[in-house]
Amino acid sequence: MTEMAQQTTATSPGHVEYVMRMGDNALILGQRTAEWCGHSPVLEEDMALANMALDLIGQARMLLTHAGRLEGRGRDEDALAFQRNEPAFRNLTLCELPNEDFARTMLRIALFSRFQLLLWERLLSSTDSELAAIAAKSIKEARYHAQHSGDWVVRLGDGTEESHRRAQAALDYLWPYTAEFFIPSAADEAAAEAGVGPLWSTLEADWEAAVRPLLEEAMLSLPAPVPFRSQGKFGRHSEHMGHLLAEMQYLQRIHPGARW
Amino acid sequence: MYTQALDLPQQNPEGRPPSLAENPAWQAEFDAKIDAGGFIEPKDWMPEAYRKTLVRQISQHAHSEIVGMLPEGNWISRAPTLKRKAILLAKVQDEGGHGLYLYAAAETLGVSRDKLTDALLSGRAKYSSIFNYPTLSWADVGVIGWLVDGAAIMNQIPLCKCSYGPYARAMVRICKEESFHQRQGFDALLQLMQGTEAQREMVQDAVNRWWWPSIMMFGPHDSDSTHTGQNTRWGIKRISNDDLRQKFIDATVKQAEVLGVTLPDPELKWNEQRGHYDFGRIDWEEFWNVVNGHGQCNVDRLAARRKAWDDGAWVREAAMAHADKAARRAQAAA
Repeated sequence: MTEMAQQTTATSPGHVEYVMRMGDNALILGQRTAEWCGHSPVLEEDMALANMALDLIGQARMLLTHAGRLEGRGRDEDALAFQRNEPAFRNLTLCELPNEDFARTMLRIALFSRFQLLLWERLLSSTDSELAAIAAKSIKEARYHAQHSGDWVVRLGDGTEESHRRAQAALDYLWPYTAEFFIPSAADEAAAEAGVGPLWSTLEADWEAAVRPLLEEAMLSLPAPVPFRSQGKFGRHSEHMGHLLAEMQYLQRIHPGARW
Repeated sequence: MYTQALDLPQQNPEGRPPSLAENPAWQAEFDAKIDAGGFIEPKDWMPEAYRKTLVRQISQHAHSEIVGMLPEGNWISRAPTLKRKAILLAKVQDEGGHGLYLYAAAETLGVSRDKLTDALLSGRAKYSSIFNYPTLSWADVGVIGWLVDGAAIMNQIPLCKCSYGPYARAMVRICKEESFHQRQGFDALLQLMQGTEAQREMVQDAVNRWWWPSIMMFGPHDSDSTHTGQNTRWGIKRISNDDLRQKFIDATVKQAEVLGVTLPDPELKWNEQRGHYDFGRIDWEEFWNVVNGHGQCNVDRLAARRKAWDDGAWVREAAMAHADKAARRAQAAA
């Protein structure tokens, strides 16, 4: 590849959006997961959930820093996390939904981490060497998230009557949001074209193959398909997003230009 | 696996060894070990009063770590940068880890974590009253690291040599992490003090609110302290409340100068003759009010802990039910 072609690849808006979307997923799910710290059902889960939140925030820092550099407008991780409004965030809607209860929290991590894991696997061979390096570090974290959350999904689904009911309710609520993972997008096309990363739509079969056995083991029934498609990754979010950002961004917003 | 550490109801929570009976020869051996500066280990004979004192102190310490996750946890969602968010989250997670080591140390004395948790949630057990003060601004997070963790370290370093082995070893690890937290707190404040006028005001306001509660953390004056004598004899307490408080104040005044904040005590001044800083009168009425449940956050802190515990009951039950089912299935397959 010539130097000019590399330059073109590195600065394509699709490439930037692809990386930023991944950073936003990690940031917003990390923010949500961290809400559990100090409030979990058992002390060991305070530790585990904080751990997963820390991993996600760490991934967000690397991805947003990288996205900011690719973008070339001088925005660092904090400018991107704290100075953008809802429509500029490209995270999956699933990541911003409220935690609700422990069943929804663990099921969300189980569904998302299995998707993220497939993505990290493909990104190990990205033409974007920085992204490949982030994938190499993050893949180990995603494996742990998938394992830990999966163990809980099984325990809850195949636990008591109440835990089964809650796990099924969590699945019924979250499942429609998973369709968004695989909606084709222009950013995907650009990234795939340049060898940056896969079209997310191509991960659907592998993701289902990873998720179905887990849900079966947990004795959970797959909800019927619905026509609804959430659009967070295109910048059209749920009502929850504005509240999440209002809280997360508050200090940066009321002290413009301050350093922390 | 995280659930392995869940308290199993069928465990015997008060399963004490038969060595519990008082015996003059064992007492002499115990005293000699303490006098020689040795460690008492879980399997060693120990006087019942020593055991009870340790259970009370270690569990109060564990409860303090767990309740202590709440005031700082209040700022995780609003931390002003991603780096500060990660640091704060890791710190609050460390406090949970300290709680775990300490509950484990208490369990070696024959009490169960569930029983200790019940004592906390029912209001029978105490925790450090410093956590009944509210965290009102981002600077509170830094000030808690600097002053509250700083005071905790002063209190806890002597415990690394306390006579009960499991407690002493837990404290070595905890003290290392606490001193890291203190440095991070101080670093966050230094950054704020180099910032805008509003940020500096935020720090001074936080110092004004946390200074007196921090120096109260060393407990009542030696002349009013009920447990000190026996605990010193047992090697559980090595340095008196007043000596530790003085040491903390002497060290902190210099740090306040580096930061450029004013400690809110007009009587704070160097006493050449004593070689220490003199300081103003501590409002013990406030201290006892907060200890006895009348601080701003006592009700809310305990309510938050109870809510977490009660809301989590179905999760703990599910884990047990699933483990039972899995065991039955394995048995049937064998």
